[in-house]
Amino acid sequence: MKKLLSVLPLLALVIGIHFLTSATDTMFYLTQMTMSAYYSLLIIGLCVLMGYAGQISLGHAGFFAIGGYISAALTTHSLVPYKDSALVAFLNSAGMLMSGQDLYGGTLLVVSPWAACVVAVSTAAIIAVIIGIPVLKLKGHYLAMATLGFGIIIYRVVLALEYFGEADGISEVPAFVLIPGLSVSGNFSDRVANYYIAWGLLLVGMVLLLNLIDSRVGRALRGIHGSGEAADAMGVNTSRFKLQTFVLSAVFAAVAGVFLTHYNGGIGPSEAGVMKSVRYVAIVAVGGMAHLWGALLMGIVLNFLSLRGVFGSYDDAVFGLILILIMLFAPNGILSLNIRHRLKQLVNRGKQDREEEV
Amino acid sequence: MTTELFIQYLMAGITYGSIYAIVAIGFNIIYNTTGIINFAQGEFVMFGGMIAISLLQFMPLPMAIIVAVLITMLIGAMIEICFIRWLKSPSVLRMIIITIGISILSREVGVHVWGESIRSLPYFFGNEITSFVIFGAHISPQVLWVVAASGLMVIGLGIFFKTTSVGREMRACASNRKAATLCGINTQNMVTLSFILSAGIGALAGCVMSPITYSQYDMGTGLAIKGFTVAILGGLGSSGGAVAAGLLLGVIEAFSVSVVPLAFQDAISIAILLTILFVRPQGLFGSKEAAGLSEF
Repeated sequence: MKKLLSVLPLLALVIGIHFLTSATDTMFYLTQMTMSAYYSLLIIGLCVLMGYAGQISLGHAGFFAIGGYISAALTTHSLVPYKDSALVAFLNSAGMLMSGQDLYGGTLLVVSPWAACVVAVSTAAIIAVIIGIPVLKLKGHYLAMATLGFGIIIYRVVLALEYFGEADGISEVPAFVLIPGLSVSGNFSDRVANYYIAWGLLLVGMVLLLNLIDSRVGRALRGIHGSGEAADAMGVNTSRFKLQTFVLSAVFAAVAGVFLTHYNGGIGPSEAGVMKSVRYVAIVAVGGMAHLWGALLMGIVLNFLSLRGVFGSYDDAVFGLILILIMLFAPNGILSLNIRHRLKQLVNRGKQDREEEV
Repeated sequence: MTTELFIQYLMAGITYGSIYAIVAIGFNIIYNTTGIINFAQGEFVMFGGMIAISLLQFMPLPMAIIVAVLITMLIGAMIEICFIRWLKSPSVLRMIIITIGISILSREVGVHVWGESIRSLPYFFGNEITSFVIFGAHISPQVLWVVAASGLMVIGLGIFFKTTSVGREMRACASNRKAATLCGINTQNMVTLSFILSAGIGALAGCVMSPITYSQYDMGTGLAIKGFTVAILGGLGSSGGAVAAGLLLGVIEAFSVSVVPLAFQDAISIAILLTILFVRPQGLFGSKEAAGLSEF
């Protein structure tokens, strides 16, 4: 309950931003705010994995892409040619397919977004388990390289397979009708609704994670981060907790991928790229590794600025520089810098100097 | 598979394999003195090739290569002095993230200075179609340059580490940093030196491979992953192992082209990396006891 209360100010802020933009006639900002919310969903998941369980992942764009691509492919590739096969007939009778029209008025038969979403997210979870069991036994450089390698394999796969549109990606992804009248899509008329869908999802995710890190599991995770051996000796099943967190963060990434793909109406291979994964790690690091609110705040701010094109062609360079500067000067995140304390120290030192002169 | 085709694939494998081996040795030099895996290792190769291509407008090819290697060495030294030297016992996670940041920054410098176009140095001898024939297979003379340069670098480094006093000091620093400090060795300078050395051999590799593989601003990441695969495969820190593993990976990759689509070529070496990490993290030639002592 206390966790629920702690996100209330955020909820108020979300509503406030909506009113502010509508009052100043700058509603177009809501589009980037929506996208930032989905990216931040991935980032808070990664924050729990990196900050609390202490496991770096340089492959989370891979899970985002698995979610987005599978959902996009299932909801756009028509099953009409396979209409007579038993599987398609069964899916159709189970209500998991929906029909539509393509650009030329021909009939389409595709998997409905709800079913596609379930398939996409569970695929990501299964892949996370398969990859996680061996990968999480590694530490340090080895873990970083292994997850980086996983990310590159996913990138190569979506780039090479015709089913995933090769270098073009998948476009014309239909709207995701959550309940009749409420759908995730890039339609102009749905902008405000989508803003609240995205932020609602992010708030739910935040409450879940806040509860998680304050529970038995969270304490176990912090124990693992402090010292894996010590936690092991205290009877904590370290490998199981690490795996669970890894899968949880992969699920967060996949859900973000599914929703953002339907919102944008498409997905391209750059979403699976190594730079995306590195960017997520950078944002978690800036927020302060074990600091969910910091990760959320930085996720929103940095993604929003990046999506608005503030950094221009120096986008990647800015994130690289942020990464280095934060790790050099504030390895516990930008919020740990306690600027007021530092300023006070400076002022006091100045006073002392003056007193000595007197 | 005919004999000609076999030789052709084998030579391609050896060419790429020796490049991977050089990148892996670059990893090893820095790892040995600092315990850091420098994720920006591939960018040294990119800088070497790109700088030599730019310098070619002003000077003959051999001069351009020498100056490019020297400039890259300077860049390596600057990186160490700016970002690494003054950190007091940083955690592994912190070092990983810093070197990744350096790699991104280097790549961005590359794209803003040289653009996204693919460039290459001219062939050192003859041109694209000059070739000589071994057992019916056509081999470009540039392949010999790559193999010879790699071989000379390995031998040269071996002599440097065995016989010169600086080389011995670096090895002392690698085996026990504290003890080396107590013996009056300036370990901080040794770390800078290892970055200079590693940048230098990376740059030289970037120059000799440029006519065959071309140079582009984003070539570093792929090379770093493969170099790391080779370094692990050969046992982290071992130069001989890196050479053997490099040739092995190069040959496997070259022959895989005849079985798997080209688009998956990278995926194969990464799959090998993952398998090795899961099954034998100490490498094919490394010892299990030594692996148990180091911090993975």
